[in-house]
Amino acid sequence: MAAGDQGAGPAAPRVEVEAAHLAYGGALLFDRLSLSLPAGQVSCLLGPSGVGKSSLLRLIAGLAHGAEGRVLDEAGRPLAGRVAYMAQRDLLLPWLSVLDNVLLGDRLRGRPPRRERALALLAEVGLAERADALPAALSGGMRQRTALARTLMEDKPVVLMDEPFSALDAITRLALQDLAARLLAGRTVLLVTHDPLEALRIGQEIRVLAGRPALLGEAIRPEGAPPRDPAQPGLLDLQAELLRRLAAARAA
Amino acid sequence: MAVLRPLVVFLGLLLAWQLFVWATAIQPFLLPGPLTVAQTLAARWPSLLHHAGVTLTEILLGLACGLLLGSASALALSAVAPLRRWLLPVLVVSQAIPVFALAPLLVLWFGYGLWSKVAMATLIIYFPVTAAFYDGLRRSDPGWLDLARSMDAGAWRTFRHIRIPAALPAFFSGLRVATAVAPIGAVVGEWVGSSAGLGHLMLNANARMQVDLVFAALFVLAVIAVALYFAVDRLGRHLTAWQPEG
Repeated sequence: MAAGDQGAGPAAPRVEVEAAHLAYGGALLFDRLSLSLPAGQVSCLLGPSGVGKSSLLRLIAGLAHGAEGRVLDEAGRPLAGRVAYMAQRDLLLPWLSVLDNVLLGDRLRGRPPRRERALALLAEVGLAERADALPAALSGGMRQRTALARTLMEDKPVVLMDEPFSALDAITRLALQDLAARLLAGRTVLLVTHDPLEALRIGQEIRVLAGRPALLGEAIRPEGAPPRDPAQPGLLDLQAELLRRLAAARAA
Repeated sequence: MAVLRPLVVFLGLLLAWQLFVWATAIQPFLLPGPLTVAQTLAARWPSLLHHAGVTLTEILLGLACGLLLGSASALALSAVAPLRRWLLPVLVVSQAIPVFALAPLLVLWFGYGLWSKVAMATLIIYFPVTAAFYDGLRRSDPGWLDLARSMDAGAWRTFRHIRIPAALPAFFSGLRVATAVAPIGAVVGEWVGSSAGLGHLMLNANARMQVDLVFAALFVLAVIAVALYFAVDRLGRHLTAWQPEG
């Protein structure tokens, strides 16, 4: 687990979202919504499209456009400076090499680029050989692995991921889930996803956001440490349960 | 093939021109053939070179000033919202003014020498550069900007590492337009009042019915314009090589 916990930096906090509120185009998407992300664990958020999952994640990331609410740690302090964000698109800068993309955060903060650490992380995600390649020369999976390395480079105790693997094919997605689960262990993670199996493989606490205004369902806590084998007994039942909840949410 | 085709077309046009002159036996002071023009080009080469140097200097200085001012304006407009609200409409409306109509005023203010032409070229270059670069800066991918914000980036570093490089393709499309019109600015400036330059030479030769010399000067001007255009184009392609071919 070299680079993964090379420095989870300050201890991963519990994250409390209180009184989250989002109205969009006259519709109330969610109101007085509370969400608690357990410290150092991976929480997954599922829900139908347009329910406000991404907005909730962006609110926590401090990137809210329209969503309001309080986002604090267990001691009541704001999260500023402790959050890394990974979007559905890899957002790699096409004019920078893989290595320079991983070093983007350092450059943007005006710090000396930590090349050694970036190269170590690239090795962790299996891209050591491609450090000098431009993003256009990479496959979708490699690009998303670069984005994962860039996110880990931020070395933040809280990591927010918005459907980061949804554009990948099934096998590449499984590989990236394994990688993410391993490298993100010990951090407080919120993963927004469409894929119940993905949530069950890497989530320690899984919730469905549904309804209008949206409410959070009861948490599901699969057994065993992530990344879980899709063949793990019981996982299929939980998947059926999640699919049932999602279908019900859609019908409502 | 890419070089050959236009060359063949060019030579074909010259041939047609020469045949036309031979067939119609048109007076040389109305339309000299390309052979006559070539002879004049050779005979008057030192003088043509001298005037070309003056015009090229005007164009290059105009490009430098226009680029500097245009880039600075685009950066200021995209960085400072009040500036954008107040100045952008004025800037757009100002483009309705035919810049060439200002040439006499520029000669009055900046004199007969180099600087009135530089001012003219600068004015002509300024807008395409500003408009294209500003547009490029405005269209930064919101995802990239979110990413930068989540990385605690300051405004200037976001410009330097994300918004400016991302706007380079747009900047170069503006610069290509600017490079194509810059020679027009310089020559129009020379027509209005000057003591040197290819425009000056053409105007004088025209008045003396030395149409062969007019054509020779025009040819030199065309070579300068095309060379500049391709230089800028190559530079642009080199600096934005990461961009997928469109």
